[in-house]
Amino acid sequence: MSRPVRTLVVWCPDWPVVAAGRPGTEPVAVVAANRVVAASAAARAEGVEEGLRRRQAETRCPRLVVVGHDPGRDLRAFEPVAATVESFTPAVEVVAPGLCAFATRGPSRYFGGDAALAASVAARVDGVLGETSPSGAPTCRVGVADGLFAAERAARLGTVVPPGGSAGFLAPFPVGTLGDDELADLLRRLGIPTLGRLAELPVPAVLARFGPAGAGASRLARGLDERPLAARTPPPDLAVAAVLDPPAERVEVAAFVARGLAERLAQRLADRGLAATRVRVEAETEHGESMARLWRHDGGLTPAALAERVRWQLDGWKTTGGLSLLRLTPDEVRPDDGRQLGFWGGDRAAAERAARALARVQGILGAEAVVTAVLDGGRGPGERADLVPWGESRPGERKLGPPWPGRVPPPAPASVHPAPPPVEVVDASGAPVGVTGRGAASAPPARLSIAGGAWAEVTAWAGPWPYDERWWSGVRGTNAVAGLRGPNAVAEPGSRSRRARWQVTTTAGDAHLLTVEGGRWSVEATYD
Amino acid sequence: MALSLRHVATLVAPVALAGERLLPVLPALEPLLPAAGLRRGSVVAVAGSASLALAMVAAATAEGSWGAAVGMPTLGPVAAAELGIVLDRFPLVPRTEAGGPGGWPAVVAALLDALDVVVARPDRSVRPDDARRLAARARERGSVLVVVGGATEGAAGRAAGGAAWPAAAWPAADVRLTVARAEWVGLGGGWGRLRGRRLEVVAGGRGSAARERRVALWLPHPDGGVAPAEPVPAVARPAGVEERPA
Repeated sequence: MSRPVRTLVVWCPDWPVVAAGRPGTEPVAVVAANRVVAASAAARAEGVEEGLRRRQAETRCPRLVVVGHDPGRDLRAFEPVAATVESFTPAVEVVAPGLCAFATRGPSRYFGGDAALAASVAARVDGVLGETSPSGAPTCRVGVADGLFAAERAARLGTVVPPGGSAGFLAPFPVGTLGDDELADLLRRLGIPTLGRLAELPVPAVLARFGPAGAGASRLARGLDERPLAARTPPPDLAVAAVLDPPAERVEVAAFVARGLAERLAQRLADRGLAATRVRVEAETEHGESMARLWRHDGGLTPAALAERVRWQLDGWKTTGGLSLLRLTPDEVRPDDGRQLGFWGGDRAAAERAARALARVQGILGAEAVVTAVLDGGRGPGERADLVPWGESRPGERKLGPPWPGRVPPPAPASVHPAPPPVEVVDASGAPVGVTGRGAASAPPARLSIAGGAWAEVTAWAGPWPYDERWWSGVRGTNAVAGLRGPNAVAEPGSRSRRARWQVTTTAGDAHLLTVEGGRWSVEATYD
Repeated sequence: MALSLRHVATLVAPVALAGERLLPVLPALEPLLPAAGLRRGSVVAVAGSASLALAMVAAATAEGSWGAAVGMPTLGPVAAAELGIVLDRFPLVPRTEAGGPGGWPAVVAALLDALDVVVARPDRSVRPDDARRLAARARERGSVLVVVGGATEGAAGRAAGGAAWPAAAWPAADVRLTVARAEWVGLGGGWGRLRGRRLEVVAGGRGSAARERRVALWLPHPDGGVAPAEPVPAVARPAGVEERPA
């Protein structure tokens, strides 16, 4: 439940009428399946309402011009408007013909506030509308609010709702605005006439009584978005989604739907000559739980591979209820050049089997949990390997580059501690060992104790091997050679400390790579 | 003619069952294993040395098998590569906490299904039942599970301080390898550097591995790689390791 995105909505009233190319001054009704779906202002003045039968409408207004509804025409006619709005920000979401939205965060700052942005958008869109249909001159309305639903309401009133004011703004609206007649009717009969009253009810109670639809309505009434505004870049929507009604109780059912979705997505991508390298798989349960995970694969995800990943994701996700929504969104696409990456030689079948198993593990733990190590230049044992998430593009043949002076000599330690444990190193008299100004040991180390553990005798040691990396960053440590200043030394700006590595072996047969910096010793790695 | 006969012989040879096939190990490690290789479907428990566990799977990955390491956040990829592991075919799953208490066995089982070898360090949440189930899974799929001793064992364990499953107590292990002694050479009192380590490994187990064997190894050898060592330390000091600096 993230905070709703501050959204600007452009609304063109009576869009099907405008798209039909009729001036708003004459009474026009757009009719689909013998019912009025839109009417011009003049027609409304004569009593023509949405939902009337054609015959009834003609009775109320004898000179009514009846136009057949054509959704394709509506969309085509809206394209210039959408393009105009896209000149403000590329991430425009067309909600429906006549209605588009975008997140205001960037553009608003550029244009000096939401109100100024709204005025600017309205002026530009009105200009375009005036060009396309000079007669009648339809106008648009622009509204800004937190969340798409509130912004749509605001657009109808042509106002800017202050940040955080969506819930208060929506409170007086009747529940009918939710667009779910059945639910609205029920709410009204239960004595919940407005969105404000609905928002006051506890969410779990609403969910328990009215199910997912009620929960969605409650979210909207509280000024939250039912669904997040997906900022997408043109070309338009490639996402595919399926609403599962009734909700799927078994993973198999959802997986079957996922397979169909994946095929549809692949078809859409193929039509545009694209391959998805990253796909977001989103699932929601009827209880409002939701999970989204990004799947990335350099070779492009085939429908079968994608369907399998959806299945693994669902397998790894313990839900309390049936699955009500499944959505696949290509998050990153690239031109499909027909290349299917091979797996680094070897037995191809084995490689594919391994790839499937690893993707499955990613389904259990998340995509970042499986990594491939790629060797790289560097000095310390931990710096010489990059961990790249499985399936992500790996840096190509990395040149290990120039020699790395001061590199820890081989053999490399088998255990490198991500969080180096502290260690206490003392000489024969029990005094802490440090590094002198000339870069030598202050005394031979005699005993060490790792993380406050038992003392072990040092049998052999070598060091210190000073190293001084990223001296240009100049923020860490002190100017003194490691060990000369105590741990309480304050870092001066522009100063740095030198660090030194040691190798030690102990009576237990252990061998460690120790690091000392600013008097603090730690176990960087262990040769075990 | 002889060539074609040999060709026919390979064609008519009986198909080797998964359980009978071996994954190769480095020559120096062969004496540790009763079959001189990693028998598919078996579980090997290694106590006291992460590098020994990595060395066990190095030859297999080098010859085209896929492997993975699970639950080993400290694993040093450079050391793995030095031992001969092909990192491209050896992905790492450092942490399994995101999968909840059943995460470790679930991940290991998923990987045993498809990969030839899985090196895994069990965390505390793993129950003996899980261990037996994983052994059955490995037997069924013809893969090899190498269990690395818990964090209380070995030098890294002493450094990390944590506690987990000791490999010696891991149920359902066919072969158990325990480091009895380790001695590093090349490092003196303020001079030299770590060059090689002589390990004395005790191999035991059940079935054909029940007879206890003691094997001395260079892991790593001062010249790199893994090599057999003479059992008596004083004799086994190789050339190139100076007694004292000049």
